[in-house]
Amino acid sequence: MYKIAVLGDRDSVLGFKALGLDIFPTEGTEEARQTLHKLAKEDYAIIYITEQLATALSADINRYKTSVTPAVILIPGKGGSLGLGAQALQMAIERAVGADIG
Amino acid sequence: MASATINPTRMELNRLKGRLKTATRGHKLLKDKRDELMKQFLEIVRRNRELRAKVEKGLEEANAAFTVASALMSPEMLEQALLYPKQSVELDMSFKNIMSVNVPRYAFHTKNEDPAEIYPYGFAQTSGELDAALDALANTFHDMLELAEVEKTMQLLAADIEKTRRRVNALEYVMIPGFQEKIRYISMKLDENERGNITRLMKVKDMVLQEAHEFKQPATA
Repeated sequence: MYKIAVLGDRDSVLGFKALGLDIFPTEGTEEARQTLHKLAKEDYAIIYITEQLATALSADINRYKTSVTPAVILIPGKGGSLGLGAQALQMAIERAVGADIG
Repeated sequence: MASATINPTRMELNRLKGRLKTATRGHKLLKDKRDELMKQFLEIVRRNRELRAKVEKGLEEANAAFTVASALMSPEMLEQALLYPKQSVELDMSFKNIMSVNVPRYAFHTKNEDPAEIYPYGFAQTSGELDAALDALANTFHDMLELAEVEKTMQLLAADIEKTRRRVNALEYVMIPGFQEKIRYISMKLDENERGNITRLMKVKDMVLQEAHEFKQPATA
């Protein structure tokens, strides 16, 4: 049985609690990084993380790209979308094709 | 590039021919795998784009409502309202095999079946915007889950396509030409040896004939 975690600043993630997801409000980058790695080791299959937080953690997030669990998925936080999710998509395409196709 | 380290022997030639055959077959298979993976990948990318747009829109809506709610209510009240969720989600993960890439499939079930049961608070002390925020979140959640599945699939496929592509290229541009070159080198060497052998035999035959001739001549004279 797996769990779902939501990682981000307090206001962005609080609502997910009502849905029954596990929320981990974090403010500092370092704290977020540690939480992310801790969650990855536990049985969290999906970790949603706000884009605002993800900007500082891209190296840590990339580490989980090739492993089956967890799926680290970027979601827009309360500041709106930064287009990072679309950027991740573009990177995956580039990786697969070997060239940047528009 | 015919390296000096290979033995120009018939055994080596046979071995290389076998390897070339295997490499060619592997190349064809891997190329097919790559093409099929690519086809799947592009489909998933398209799906991912759709879902992401939907999720971002939904979450934006939820966040906007939530911001209003948190402005209308004190942080303590908000916290208290959401402190003890009625709903809980459990996630089941199974795997689907796409061209020998294992990708996760998620299925979730909620403890509370009633979709109206997401509000973990009484309505008396909370603002209506909070209801709207939770409603938007609940509506988006399905898409979010699918997005997670699609995005992970996409990442795993991308990694595997990259690997397969490298293998195909290595076979096509390094291994197979290398084998062909070596085979050519060995067969030329063997042919050269053969020709050398024939001329040597002809020479020996000439010498033998000459000797026999000279041997015969004094006898007749």
